[in-house]
Amino acid sequence: MLNQLTISELTKKLAQREVSARETMQSCLDQIAKVDGKIHAFISHDAADALQQADAADKELTAGVKKPLLGVPIAIKDVIAVKDQPLNCGSKILGKFISPYNATVIEKLKDAGAIIFGRLNMDEFAMGSSTENSAFGVTRNPWDTTRIPGGSSGGSAAAVSADECIASLGTDTGGSIRQPAALCGCVGMKPTYGRVSRYGLVAFASSLDQVGPFTKDVRDSALMLSAISGHDVKDSTSIPHPVPNYAAALNGNVKGLKLGLAKEYMVGGLDPQVSAALQAAVKQYEKLGAEIVEISLPHTEYAVATYYIVATAEASANLARFDGIRYCDRVPGNDPIELYSKTRGHGFGPEVKRRIILGTYVLSSGYYDAYYLRAQKVRTLIRRDFLNAFEKVDAILTPTSPTAAFKIGEKTGDPLQMYLSDIFTISCNLAGICGISFQGGFTENPKLPIGLQLLGKPFGEETMLKLAHAYEQSTAWHKEKPTI
Amino acid sequence: MANDFDVKYVAHLARLSLSAEEETQFGSQLTNILGYIEKLKQLDVSQIEPTAHAVPLVNVFRKDEVRPSLSNEEALRNAPAKANGLFLVPKIVE
Repeated sequence: MLNQLTISELTKKLAQREVSARETMQSCLDQIAKVDGKIHAFISHDAADALQQADAADKELTAGVKKPLLGVPIAIKDVIAVKDQPLNCGSKILGKFISPYNATVIEKLKDAGAIIFGRLNMDEFAMGSSTENSAFGVTRNPWDTTRIPGGSSGGSAAAVSADECIASLGTDTGGSIRQPAALCGCVGMKPTYGRVSRYGLVAFASSLDQVGPFTKDVRDSALMLSAISGHDVKDSTSIPHPVPNYAAALNGNVKGLKLGLAKEYMVGGLDPQVSAALQAAVKQYEKLGAEIVEISLPHTEYAVATYYIVATAEASANLARFDGIRYCDRVPGNDPIELYSKTRGHGFGPEVKRRIILGTYVLSSGYYDAYYLRAQKVRTLIRRDFLNAFEKVDAILTPTSPTAAFKIGEKTGDPLQMYLSDIFTISCNLAGICGISFQGGFTENPKLPIGLQLLGKPFGEETMLKLAHAYEQSTAWHKEKPTI
Repeated sequence: MANDFDVKYVAHLARLSLSAEEETQFGSQLTNILGYIEKLKQLDVSQIEPTAHAVPLVNVFRKDEVRPSLSNEEALRNAPAKANGLFLVPKIVE
């Protein structure tokens, strides 16, 4: 079935005119019709527009045009602007908002020939780890529909693992790409901060957010990264480094590469089956010729607290723009302040409100130094831990999440427990390094995907991808499909 | 510090109206979260510089020249209220 293909398999067949972009798009639409009632990965999608793009791609393919993603259907998280399509960020506050322009990542994917379709479900404004905080309903894990798909990019992960698209885009502020990729059994990468433009991404925490791909294997992740990376004059935090052909680095040769294991990550609460998968991966890497080195990241235990100060502070400032003046469903008031308060009180869901309040508090007069400034200083220590470790190793191997997918509703009553489940992914964003989650096996009874994570040096995506690819190709986990 | 957390006051600063139920719920949840955050006080950070951005770029300028931007119509497309090519807002001055 065409919808099950990887980008590299599909582009070969398309270029040889063995299959058409229209057939491929149709097979994704058929899969959505068949399974999305159970999964609810998509908030909406415009089938006619997608097929029209597919026909345009077929014309170019017939004319012999060569583009890296020509005719590949790619679905988009509902926080990234696609011109003339709805943009809701999983929230009801934006009402019937239609994007007036394309995000830079969308322009780049279109330049590469991709078919851009669908709005993928997410935790409201990317705040959450389970996609239960969406105003559009819960997304379900394709491996077990009583469980969460992870979050905040739960729709992006579920759509790829349920073969409703060939690849998707998500965003990662504290693990929102890597954790759902792990729990749904696909590949998700957070590029180094500054690698990918954030223009047209609705900001949650500007110093932590990055856009990244969800794919069916590591090679596809490399292909997507080459397509979306690069300097953008519209994002002053994007870095003017050249963009390598990341897929060219995937030669399977990891001999002599040094892989770090952080002793602070061997924490209580780590599921024994996840721990076993990590140990098996260590053995496999040794077999492949990599060297395992014990490292220390001494400030690990402070990462979650630091993150929930920095991220909420930035969010409280970024989300001030949703005030009912230039956009949003306006709730009238007798004066502007009443209008803002009512509009925001009505439009935002509970988790967003909680974080705006926490962020406002840590920035407020009298508490700024004690909370926000202190957290920024601890952030320096966390970043230093990683830079010190990377003097000894090429990448760091960790579980992506301490457990496999949990049940819907299991953690909604206790936000702190939900936050603590991000322990392995959060430091990466604070340190501004890159990270990738890939398949590392399954739990037994029930059978649920286990994700492994590699953390790479700043702009060290090539080595990180090479290591992930070598492991993936020496196992068969990535070939398994859920029964939906 | 965590026990004097005044949800009502902070919600006012954030221009966020809350129901009485939300005030009570957020009050106890946020006291719990702030209690956890207290652990940062265990560290001596007196000699440490803060990190605002992990990849520090400074003075990113572009040329001061006119470039294409959204049209008036496009910019107003999602406005909840508009008139004469402008956003309509409630009266601000008496």
